[in-house]
Amino acid sequence: MKRTVGALLRKELLVELRTLESIPGMSLFAVSTLVVFHFALQRSTVDGDLAAGVLWVTLLFAAMLGLNRLFVADAEQGGFDGFLLAPVDRTAMLLAKSLALLTYLIVLEIVAVPAFALLLLGPPLGPALPGLLAVLALADVGLAIIGTLIAALAVQTRARDLLGPLLALPLLVPIVIAGARATAPLLSVGHTGALSGRWLALLALYDLVFGLIAYAVFDFLLED
Amino acid sequence: MIELEALVRRYGEREALSDVSLSLATGQTLVVFGPNGAGKTTLLRVLSTLLRPHSGRVTVLDRQLPQDAWAVRGRVGLLGHEPLLYRELSARENLRFHARLHDLDSARVEELLAAVALTERADEPLKSLSRGMVQRAAIARATLHDPELLLLDEPYANLDPTAIDLVAPLIGAESGRTRVLSSHDPASGLAQADVVLGLRAGRAVLVKAAGEVEHQEIAGLYR
Repeated sequence: MKRTVGALLRKELLVELRTLESIPGMSLFAVSTLVVFHFALQRSTVDGDLAAGVLWVTLLFAAMLGLNRLFVADAEQGGFDGFLLAPVDRTAMLLAKSLALLTYLIVLEIVAVPAFALLLLGPPLGPALPGLLAVLALADVGLAIIGTLIAALAVQTRARDLLGPLLALPLLVPIVIAGARATAPLLSVGHTGALSGRWLALLALYDLVFGLIAYAVFDFLLED
Repeated sequence: MIELEALVRRYGEREALSDVSLSLATGQTLVVFGPNGAGKTTLLRVLSTLLRPHSGRVTVLDRQLPQDAWAVRGRVGLLGHEPLLYRELSARENLRFHARLHDLDSARVEELLAAVALTERADEPLKSLSRGMVQRAAIARATLHDPELLLLDEPYANLDPTAIDLVAPLIGAESGRTRVLSSHDPASGLAQADVVLGLRAGRAVLVKAAGEVEHQEIAGLYR
């Protein structure tokens, strides 16, 4: 299993490195969205609830771009069939794709969070960073698992570009709510609020539940 | 090796394969003839475990499909219309990827690259290679794991006569493997066949030992 996941993940990252179809698009989209927020909100800085909302909405829609492209190369170039013909545990693909999407999200956030701090955030980012990283890590795991599950389902349909976001959004909204609620106190002026264990626990629980669901159903999604 | 009894496979309401029955022994070659849309590719995909039969009995490598599909995967090599390779990756990277999926070492990859005469251009992205070269890479991919059963969908498409000779030890009769091969060429198809299957609109209209088949019967499938 480890060898198969390694092979799939290596292939995934190599293809992305050659095509640059996901990560640059996601990052550019996030930065552009933050610029649009900067002008649309008609204020030079944001903090607290508003800052958290802007950050999470931007990350969510940027993640959608990566999610939609996740299985396209496999579906269009027959990589799916090549994998299905191999005598391997099909859960390996769930793990490898989730890890690939997780990698894309981490790179996205390395670009988007400093851009957010530069363009919009009022309070300094430094004191909020440790807590923000913890929230992002838990949210990213959920985004990666649910994103992979939905992408695998959508790619087998003709309207995959529409269906992917339509199916994913309702499932990802709880992550955005928990992420924004957990982040808001960290981004308030004076960094007054503490990191809420309740929202972190909710994110962890959501990750666990969808991890188990994905493990249980992924095989069936790949079947004819 | 392969036993089909009243195999039916549908796409929606349309029956792509209707009531197909035949038998093929180990080491034999079945050649499937039929016009476009007759069901040749669907048959190969059912035998490869990629498509489930909707009814009938399908036994491949002495295992029942779809129940025992897991035991058949890895023992079958499929060469379809698509090479099942990533265009952005090189032939070597693609084959190494498949070698890892089949738990093979990289020495086997180099052996296959040499066998299809791609060693020198093995590090170029597939998208920069000619269709014939991509087809040779696909043949290397399909035979990498030394499959017992080869499923070949018009395998010589895009290959020049030299390349056809080059890949003969891998996918030709001399490979010694059991083969199911789709073809539109009666002369070369019949020369390779032990058993002939003629499909028209998903129905098996011709199932005979190759020695009993006349060229006109094959030509009649296309009228």
